[in-house]
Amino acid sequence: MTAAVFFGCTFIAFGPAISLFVFTIAREPLRVIFLIAGAFFWLVSLLLSSLVWFISVQISNKESVAQQKGLLIFGVVLSVLLQEAFRFAYYKLLKKANEGLLALSQEETMPISIRQLAYVSGLGFGFMSGAFSVVNILADSVGPGTVGIHGDSQHYFLSSAFMTMAIILLHMFWGVVFFDACEKRQWLAVAAVVITHLVVSCLTFQNPNYFGSLIPTYIILFIMGTWAFYAAGGSLRNLKLCLTCKDKDFLLANHRPR
Amino acid sequence: MANNAEDIENNMPNEQESSTSPEPTQAPQDQGVSGPRSRGSAAGAGGNGSGPEQNGQPPAAHPARVVEREEDEDEELTLKYGAKHVIMLFVPVTLCMVVVVATIKSVSFYTKNDGQRLIYTPFPEDTDTVAQRALNSILNATIMITVIIVMTLVLVLLYKYRCYKVIQGWLFLSSLLLLFFFSYIYLQEVLKTYNLAMDYFTLAIIIWNFGVVGMICIHWKGPLRLQQAYLIMISALMALVFIKYLPEWTAWLILAVISVYDLLAVLCPKGPLRILVETAQERNEPIFPALIYSSTMVWLVNMADTDQPSRNSSEAASPQQENQETPVASPPPSSPSQDDGGFTPSWVSQQEHRLGPLQSTEETRREVQEMPSARPPVEDDEEERGVKLGLGDFIFYSMLVGKASATASGDWNTTLACFVAILIGLCLTLLLLAIFKKALPALPISIFFGLVFYFATDNLVRPFMDKLALHQFYI
Repeated sequence: MTAAVFFGCTFIAFGPAISLFVFTIAREPLRVIFLIAGAFFWLVSLLLSSLVWFISVQISNKESVAQQKGLLIFGVVLSVLLQEAFRFAYYKLLKKANEGLLALSQEETMPISIRQLAYVSGLGFGFMSGAFSVVNILADSVGPGTVGIHGDSQHYFLSSAFMTMAIILLHMFWGVVFFDACEKRQWLAVAAVVITHLVVSCLTFQNPNYFGSLIPTYIILFIMGTWAFYAAGGSLRNLKLCLTCKDKDFLLANHRPR
Repeated sequence: MANNAEDIENNMPNEQESSTSPEPTQAPQDQGVSGPRSRGSAAGAGGNGSGPEQNGQPPAAHPARVVEREEDEDEELTLKYGAKHVIMLFVPVTLCMVVVVATIKSVSFYTKNDGQRLIYTPFPEDTDTVAQRALNSILNATIMITVIIVMTLVLVLLYKYRCYKVIQGWLFLSSLLLLFFFSYIYLQEVLKTYNLAMDYFTLAIIIWNFGVVGMICIHWKGPLRLQQAYLIMISALMALVFIKYLPEWTAWLILAVISVYDLLAVLCPKGPLRILVETAQERNEPIFPALIYSSTMVWLVNMADTDQPSRNSSEAASPQQENQETPVASPPPSSPSQDDGGFTPSWVSQQEHRLGPLQSTEETRREVQEMPSARPPVEDDEEERGVKLGLGDFIFYSMLVGKASATASGDWNTTLACFVAILIGLCLTLLLLAIFKKALPALPISIFFGLVFYFATDNLVRPFMDKLALHQFYI
């Protein structure tokens, strides 16, 4: 407990996301705005799914534990589906806005491309999702206490932090793949995104059996990562050029010699 | 003393609400000019951005074509520069909210109910029945709103009848109170919370320096960042006072009613704030410079001080103080985006043919600008038109988020949700401003979203997320 756990878990959960934000998004006002709009859309989807869950709980039998758990599972599935629906809605909104602006201005290029929007909106979804999942837990971890004193798992905080990190990065990858698939009208890819999201959420039903939930989640994370990498236009050649600092376009854009 | 404090507490928001940025003399001329110019200035630097590009164009040789090209360039630049302005407002609003939330979470003084109330909210809320509580809170809110309306009307009347000294004295006194008295209380409570000892001498020196530097920065001249920091700090202090002394239901009701009032006062033809803006427009004067947060400025304060013999130039000089940046929304009206477009020398020289009547002032302005003095280079001007937001906005946004973090049982989730909702509301308001190009109230959309998300998150999302966290399910 206390400060060490708090800082450790915070940095595990939000480290990659915050560094992505600081290095790629913070300097561009448009990206920041679309990030926050993405977070807002996720929030609205959560609101709707909570509303439905709340209503269903009110009309159900509050005594029966099994029914409550069933309703919770239903709530989770509904929430995932709504999130993806709102991701699609956000995509449509961005397309409309993009088209409108492109039509008005004579310029060929937009100030922000649809791929950047995919990345930014995915990260926005991820930030909000991660924050809502873990912030209260982190706030509790600052205070005194013993983890798992009643026989629950002792790795509650750590596993929550790792799960949150995975979820944030996954949302980002899902965003990139989703938008790319919508652009190219590959509905199978869209379905794959929805299904992997459902799988990841359903895997967490096994908690506190962390081996069953965390490890497959990370495997899915890596798969989605490589898929997103290729969807965003990456390739082994690009990667090699980037890592050996020979990518001329990137260097030019960043005013570096060579 | 308490009365005085409360009096001024209430005056502050009134003043801040009614503070607007001055209208430029170009406004009437702008009516005749086609879209691009006003659109350019609407985005602030949109106009600036097209300024340099138009440098090479023949002035109004083919007005239609020039107008069209400007429009397209403006659109693209509008998007980029508009976004920049939104961020320039996001950052201070976020900082203010962070300060308020951090204080609420750590210093218990501001969430403790001492039983003390403001004189404007005399009815207690710890009553026996829910109905009684609701009635009391409605009465409280009514009294408070009536007070605010009366204050605003008094302010408008004072302004209309040119009692500037009274207004300035009033503002001076209220910022004096905020900077010395409230910050003393704040420091005292922080020291108490962390159990630090400080002798009165050190305390006196610190408060004295803090207060005096604040008064100088806000009412006179000072480094831009310092002035912005002080404005954020006094907004946060004011919001904390409201959070402490307004009972719960009253606070929510007041937030709702004040955003409705803001909407009516700014948009209705007979609204007091609209009258204020129009009067300022006619007289071409800045309004209450101390109560608006602006993101770029300061060096033009020099010009307000220079003793110009001609009346024209002095009038132009003082709007410069406020108008160098494109005013955007302010809680009460903000300056319509039509203003200020021609204030930069390069822009002005390009637009001379459009700004005929302003010839004399442009010259004196350029003259003054050529005078050597310590100020940031002119390039800043071309690149950035600042944005302005009244301090009343800061106060009510922070009050909403602070109240959410103080009273919500959902804790951080509710706070986050309100925070995002307010930012999105601000973004939408600025977008509407860019579209409609007239004075808009900044409170309604943000506060509406904030309230909706507060109640929805606290009552619907919280139980859901709690259950999920219990079982460690992730969505």
